[in-house]
Amino acid sequence: MHELSIVTHVAKTLDELAEENHLEKIGSVTLQVGEVSGIVTDYFIDCWNYFKRKDPLIEEAELKLEEIKAVTFCEDCKQEYETVRYGRICPYCHSEHTYLVTGNECIIKEIEAEERKEEKKETCE
Amino acid sequence: MKVIELHKSVTASNDRDAQVLRDELKEKGVFFVNLMSAAGSGKTTLLLKTIEDLREEYKIAVLEADIEADVDALKIEEGGARSIQVHTDGMCHMDAGMTRTGLEEMGLEGMDLVFLENIGNLICPAEYDTGASKNVMILSVPEGDDKPLKYPLMFQNSDVLLVTKIDVLPYFNFDMKKMQERVRFLNPDIRIIPVSAKKGEGMKEWEDWLREQIALWKAPHA
Repeated sequence: MHELSIVTHVAKTLDELAEENHLEKIGSVTLQVGEVSGIVTDYFIDCWNYFKRKDPLIEEAELKLEEIKAVTFCEDCKQEYETVRYGRICPYCHSEHTYLVTGNECIIKEIEAEERKEEKKETCE
Repeated sequence: MKVIELHKSVTASNDRDAQVLRDELKEKGVFFVNLMSAAGSGKTTLLLKTIEDLREEYKIAVLEADIEADVDALKIEEGGARSIQVHTDGMCHMDAGMTRTGLEEMGLEGMDLVFLENIGNLICPAEYDTGASKNVMILSVPEGDDKPLKYPLMFQNSDVLLVTKIDVLPYFNFDMKKMQERVRFLNPDIRIIPVSAKKGEGMKEWEDWLREQIALWKAPHA
């Protein structure tokens, strides 16, 4: 359910982008997904394949997913560590004063697209 | 094919829509509260009590978001506030676009205070800005004091935490102090108000917070 709504947000952003840049077809979409973003990639791919048929702009688009590793920084000992392995507590000094540096993202990195062939030269008014 | 680099968060378009909605509500002087919690935490009971206490002072409305059914909306109407039911058709949260559609359908003319009773879950509603003036979450005593550990984002993104059903504290192993420490660790600025909508305890503090925030919201460009 959650994955589907993210797909609809991605599609909306792409529709707007296509409008601004006079794009006809999108060939591929590259998304960067954080390791602890809460997105289940298998579900996400299913949702993408379901939804893209409803939108002519992206119906042939290939989805490329790149993972961003989750990294946490410790404010006390100033070291970074793997979030998934150690959680909130710093493995070096056992401090709780830590924060997530990367890993929570869901970013549209880039797209490949074809532009509309006939650009309207003259404008109204 | 040409390559366009975006580097844009997927929620960017929602964040922008939410900000536009928030600005419009500020212009109209409508204070809009996004109320989030798990299912069965007592959101509707709390709202009914709040409406009963404040309906002489403010014009209040409630946007009820549920996957199905309209039992909550009917209860709110009986309680004396305008209400509209939004069905999300399986979606687990409200976003800014759905919220706008619901508010426009309901009508905001003359409204002072509008609540969004968000879908009952502690996960996705925290990730989507609805355009609310403030985010308020509910944790009820029976849910347990460990919830901040399990659903940190919800606690991080809320301005107020209402701890409801405190009248049943003697029957549960709920450590209020430990829970508060866990919450403050995630969000040092959050206002924590323990309440019992049934017995009335803490309701004055919650309602005074609303009064204060409504006054600030209605002040011209504060």
